[in-house]
Amino acid sequence: MKISRIWTLALVVLAATGTASSAFAQTVGVSWSNFQEERWKRDEGAMKAAIEKAGGKYISADAQGSNEKQVADIENLITRGAKVLIVLAWDADAVVPAVRSAKAEGIPVIAYDRLIQDKDVFYLTFDNVEVGRMQARGVFAKKPTGNYVFIKGSPTDPNADFLHRGQLEVLDPAIKSGKIKIVGEQYTEGWAPEVAQRNMEQILTKNANKVDAVVASNDGTAGGVVSALRAQNLVGIPVSGQDGDIAALNRVALGEQTVSVYKDARALGEAAGSIAVQLAKGKKPKDVAGATTWSEGTKKIPMTSLFLKPVPVTADNLDYVITGGWATKAQVCKGVAAAKAPKACK
Amino acid sequence: MVLVLIAIWVVLDVLTHGLFLTPRNLYNLSIQTSVGAILACGMVFVIVARQIDLSIGSLIAFTGVLTAFAQVNWFEGHPTASWVLSIAIGLAAGIAVGMFQGWWIAYRGIPALVVTLAGFLIYRGAAFMLADGQTIAPLDETYQRLGGGSAGSLGVAASWLLGALGCTWVAWNVWNTRRERGKYTETPLPAWLDVVKVVLGVAAILVFVAVMVSYPDRRQLDENGNGPGMGIGIPVLLLILVVVVLSFLAHRTRFGRYVFAFGGNPEAALLAGINTRLLVVKIFVMMGILSGIAAVITTARLNAGANSIGQLAELYAIAAAVIGGTSLAGGVGSVPGAVVGALIIWSLDSGMVILDVGSAPRQIIIGLVLIAAGWFDIAYNKRHSR
Repeated sequence: MKISRIWTLALVVLAATGTASSAFAQTVGVSWSNFQEERWKRDEGAMKAAIEKAGGKYISADAQGSNEKQVADIENLITRGAKVLIVLAWDADAVVPAVRSAKAEGIPVIAYDRLIQDKDVFYLTFDNVEVGRMQARGVFAKKPTGNYVFIKGSPTDPNADFLHRGQLEVLDPAIKSGKIKIVGEQYTEGWAPEVAQRNMEQILTKNANKVDAVVASNDGTAGGVVSALRAQNLVGIPVSGQDGDIAALNRVALGEQTVSVYKDARALGEAAGSIAVQLAKGKKPKDVAGATTWSEGTKKIPMTSLFLKPVPVTADNLDYVITGGWATKAQVCKGVAAAKAPKACK
Repeated sequence: MVLVLIAIWVVLDVLTHGLFLTPRNLYNLSIQTSVGAILACGMVFVIVARQIDLSIGSLIAFTGVLTAFAQVNWFEGHPTASWVLSIAIGLAAGIAVGMFQGWWIAYRGIPALVVTLAGFLIYRGAAFMLADGQTIAPLDETYQRLGGGSAGSLGVAASWLLGALGCTWVAWNVWNTRRERGKYTETPLPAWLDVVKVVLGVAAILVFVAVMVSYPDRRQLDENGNGPGMGIGIPVLLLILVVVVLSFLAHRTRFGRYVFAFGGNPEAALLAGINTRLLVVKIFVMMGILSGIAAVITTARLNAGANSIGQLAELYAIAAAVIGGTSLAGGVGSVPGAVVGALIIWSLDSGMVILDVGSAPRQIIIGLVLIAAGWFDIAYNKRHSR
């Protein structure tokens, strides 16, 4: 009891000094879950630039895929003077104690891309339900009636269900009215493309090839689907995806895939950087431009959240990813015949 | 186990209203099974020698991405060189990894479980770094044929030729076994039993070829939906080659005898003067090569090199080997048995997709089959040792 009181006192003192010095430099502490993945480097670049532009300072730590290390990292970042934390959680539940101790010191926390369920955390991510809607819309625009197949994501990934919810939201009226018939629906263990390919082959066998459109949840599974379609000479029916994989963008240019919903990692990093500095300067989470209250996590805790809109890339706006520097024209347009080329490849 | 497989096929065929035993589904099944079966054949040697390899799924991802990467980035614009050399590079990487793992296990005494578990982490990470997490596609047209997709089969004439070869081999094998047995024992098996063996073997081969050639090639259909047959898929041809080579190694070479001797009793093998350390390295090199072949088929079939391929491949390979009668106690195992084990797993897996069974119940059922196989193994051994 005594010890915990001393700690509380220490925390209060720390918090007080924290507020006092915040007028000088807004140090933003970023706790990465596993920096090895190429993807996060792109986020980091944009995040750092946004923080420095707003007059803040960037410090970071990488948990290397360990819950214990992430908790220690967050404590370290606080010790090093972080006034606000951006946390990419390795395990959304295991990180909660560290987030609580940050809160106790009055340090705002931004849950970056992965949900941390706590009422005072600011949740920033792409809108995965919207990704699902965009996938369904892209396919539906090409094929408003007929036999549909859902190739869903990994059964262990909550995002797979968010995506599927969005897909159903768009297609539900057409399913109810009988215009669209679902003739196959499977999860894809580990998002593995060869599993998606095998499942698609079996669904085609079951339906004697009477499949008119495929709503696939990412570009990897879409690749498996297209390979299964190629073996049956069916390439060309609408297929969706997401991630803006270069292989998928090439398929879009070739007319083998309809849409790849692209989530620009740099936009997410930039938003996190600028929001972090705003929060460090004392802005209320609710007052961040575009913030809403969201309570659809598994624990139904209402949280202040900001959802960025992804971009559906189709043959009509392929130049978006080329001019944005994500992919080169040579990569996207590889093997595209001049006669059928989308305008980005001309 | 063959009877179990037949029973599963009949049940699935009834439940799918005759869809399961159609040429189309059986052709797909043969392609879908080939990767898992090739790995299971190698896993038989690993398990017989009392080792384990948990790294092969990650190794498939690594060699697959490396092969695709080399093909697209290093040899672009050289149609033949690109696919031949890229396969050579992928296989070389498999050999190198096998030597690396085998060395730590055999010469540094680290348990195979630890070394290959490390490999499980290392190679998928390496696959990711090699291509910055990007999927590499499209791949060479000729290379894609190795995956058994369109133009990925032997065609009608070559399939029948291969079938005829197989029939000849079955007949010769039975006759040869009979002759050799005659040298050592006074009482040969009854002649009718050998005749039945030949008839069953030949019939199985002929039915298999007939089914494969009756699946029409989708690119050359006429307006009635008929066309020339696909024949045996190239991945299946590769599987057959692997089975033939590994069976030969197991039964006809010193290497094979040493593996079984070592697995049966490692100390006795060592005392008998077998270089058991080198033997273990060789086994892991073999597994590396087979993983490289599996990676070629997977990437060719997918027309892409992705770091997410091959997940759980090691566990399915172990499961197939065990269902096929390989004993985890070491010393006992059969290559054709592993192929049957793989067929059981993939028949259940892909057959249940036709039935719209979700992935969770599918995993449960395959898990239960694995337990049944393990139980059968123990019950059978008990009866024999009495």
